[in-house]
Amino acid sequence: MSSVLETATNPRDLKRVVIEPVTRVEGHGKVTLLLDEQNRVHQVRLHIVEFRGFEKFIQGRPYWEIPVMVQRLCGICPVSHHLAAAKAIDMFVGARKLTPAAEKLRRLLHVGQMLQSHALHFFHLASPDLLFGFDSEVERRNIVGVIAAHPDLAVQGVKLRKYGQEVIRHIMGKRVHGTAAIPGGMNKALTATERDLMRRDIAQVVAWSRAAVALSRTVFETSEHSPVFGNFPSNHMSLIGEDGELDFYDGGLRARDAEGATIFDHVDYIHYNRHIREEVKPWSYMKFPFIIGKGEADGWYRVGPLARLNTCDRITTPLAEAERQGFRAAAGGGLQHATLAYHWARMIEMLHAAEEIERLLDDPDLLGTDLVTRGAKALEGVGVVEAPRGTLFHHYKINEDEVVEKANLIVSTTNNNQAMNEAVRQVAARYLDGKKLTEGLLNHIEVAIRAYDPCLSCATHALGKMPLQIELLDAEGLLLDRLVKGADGTLSCEPV
Amino acid sequence: MCPDSAKTFYLDNREIPFKEGQTVFDAAMTAGAYIPHLCHNPDYEPHSSCRLCTVIVNGRPFASCTQPAVAGQMVQSDTPELREMRRMLTQMLFVEGNHYCPSCEKSGNCKLQATAYELGLQDNHFPQFFPKRERDASHPDILLDRDRCILCGLCVRVSRDIDKKNVFAMTGRGIHTVIVVDSPSGELKDSKATAQDEAVQHCPVGALLLKGKGFEVPIGERIYDKASISVHSVEAFQAREAVHG
Repeated sequence: MSSVLETATNPRDLKRVVIEPVTRVEGHGKVTLLLDEQNRVHQVRLHIVEFRGFEKFIQGRPYWEIPVMVQRLCGICPVSHHLAAAKAIDMFVGARKLTPAAEKLRRLLHVGQMLQSHALHFFHLASPDLLFGFDSEVERRNIVGVIAAHPDLAVQGVKLRKYGQEVIRHIMGKRVHGTAAIPGGMNKALTATERDLMRRDIAQVVAWSRAAVALSRTVFETSEHSPVFGNFPSNHMSLIGEDGELDFYDGGLRARDAEGATIFDHVDYIHYNRHIREEVKPWSYMKFPFIIGKGEADGWYRVGPLARLNTCDRITTPLAEAERQGFRAAAGGGLQHATLAYHWARMIEMLHAAEEIERLLDDPDLLGTDLVTRGAKALEGVGVVEAPRGTLFHHYKINEDEVVEKANLIVSTTNNNQAMNEAVRQVAARYLDGKKLTEGLLNHIEVAIRAYDPCLSCATHALGKMPLQIELLDAEGLLLDRLVKGADGTLSCEPV
Repeated sequence: MCPDSAKTFYLDNREIPFKEGQTVFDAAMTAGAYIPHLCHNPDYEPHSSCRLCTVIVNGRPFASCTQPAVAGQMVQSDTPELREMRRMLTQMLFVEGNHYCPSCEKSGNCKLQATAYELGLQDNHFPQFFPKRERDASHPDILLDRDRCILCGLCVRVSRDIDKKNVFAMTGRGIHTVIVVDSPSGELKDSKATAQDEAVQHCPVGALLLKGKGFEVPIGERIYDKASISVHSVEAFQAREAVHG
């Protein structure tokens, strides 16, 4: 599975095309392509050139600050960072098993976030590409265009996200960056009034989620791109529950190879570094994790909605389970490897999140007031959850003074680093090879990256607002063509 | 001599009664008029170091927490000039320390943060100093985070006057002033400090904290979630007066 387009044999003889920055991606990412004189693609790389440094500046801070501090990594999935860190600091106070009320509150919080994040991605970010076409006119390929063409659908997307945010607010006190998890539990019990407010609209949320699954399935099954657009074999990894069920909050690690054979299963995530290692490449600030047993070249894997539906045996809620079976059947019994299937899988997960919210709201444990438990203290903690974009690892070591000495985070997007590179290479080779650059072709590359909903995009998610410039140079470095996208989204071909 | 009930002064043209020996600050708060303050805790002797409670008395600036009330005097507190001075003082406190409210467990209970909101601070205006200050987490129950210290001196005074331990002192001059700990090693673990000390309980910011308690109070139930610092301070002051007179 090693990528043939990662490094060109003779890069000095090739012309370089740069997409910088990639739009709808938080921070700074760029794509570089090396082409020969016939515009054949020889090298494609997705570079993540931003640097955050959370692992460094968390050092020296008291451990109970971690979940609140590290959630600032992200504006869309802060709950995932909050909970992954919380699970790690639970270990510092000897509380790996929480009280029923605390665990169910955390689970409700997590599926609330899963719902809002998936809705945001599908309706606000991905739907313009999927509904209008990858190279449709750029003026309408945005959320405003969706509102104009499909007002009911757009409103559903907004309201689905709003509902998930309200679930978060009831538990964390704020929709974004509140507080909830503390060492060994939660800081606030849910009131019956809050529960009843969430109950009021959940049936509608489930219904809209079902419709979204149907839409995403139709788009996938009818698109000419689906079978060929970034469709490549890979390993897949996720958490799974005790019985192999889809579980976003807890469980063991499972990895499957491209043929579906199990690489490892029910691995206690505190031993994650016995199975996963991170490789560093000189051209990106983002590391490249791989499964140790498969080696650096073939051990890279995918995470996130597609991987989760490929690894789990079942989903515990009935409507989502029926959809999962259809999803797997469409892959002919094997694993689904199509990049565009991420959207379909994401909507099945959103439906599961909605059903799970409904189930938890009926659980009497949810209103429990016994929220904190403690046990024997420890100086090392690992927390792993399934974030919307994939498996999220938080690993901390503290000293006797209870301050952090070491932190290691492997965020979802990092796990998908090689896979996103692979997707971009596939798309570039298929769609850009030998072609004159256009905005539509450029968008094909972005569509491939966007399908993974990289965590880099969590903070911005501003449609088409980021400036972009593509230059086509010949073998002598002479500028042949330049395409510029301004901050207002307007395209212009600058004279050469 | 006038009876106490007849003694008044004027604060922003409002007649404020006071008792003999009361400060301008105490009389104003008793009457329900909030004067911004940080270093002063009405439970302890005033210190007049933060200067946030500065008022103009008969045309001259004074710290209201130590200025005795005098019958008939004209006092201005809520003026554009004083509001701007208080904003600037608060901005300087923010830039000379390392105050990261988003991840600070004192958020919602912090007098510095609440005062900033009260004064309408939109930014720090001045460049951040980003000082390097040592953190002392050596004590099993207490964390001393000097990044958040505003040098109000309350812990020094209370440890000396109430706890009778003299655990804390200030050393250095000007911008290099820091809180130090009286112990052979200079660390809290070797000092007489305990979690029960009043000096540890009443830090107005997050410089002195009890370990492992962070974020236990949910958003919505913290002190300044329920009321602004102006409302809370006046209510707390009046409740204290009702008990202690």
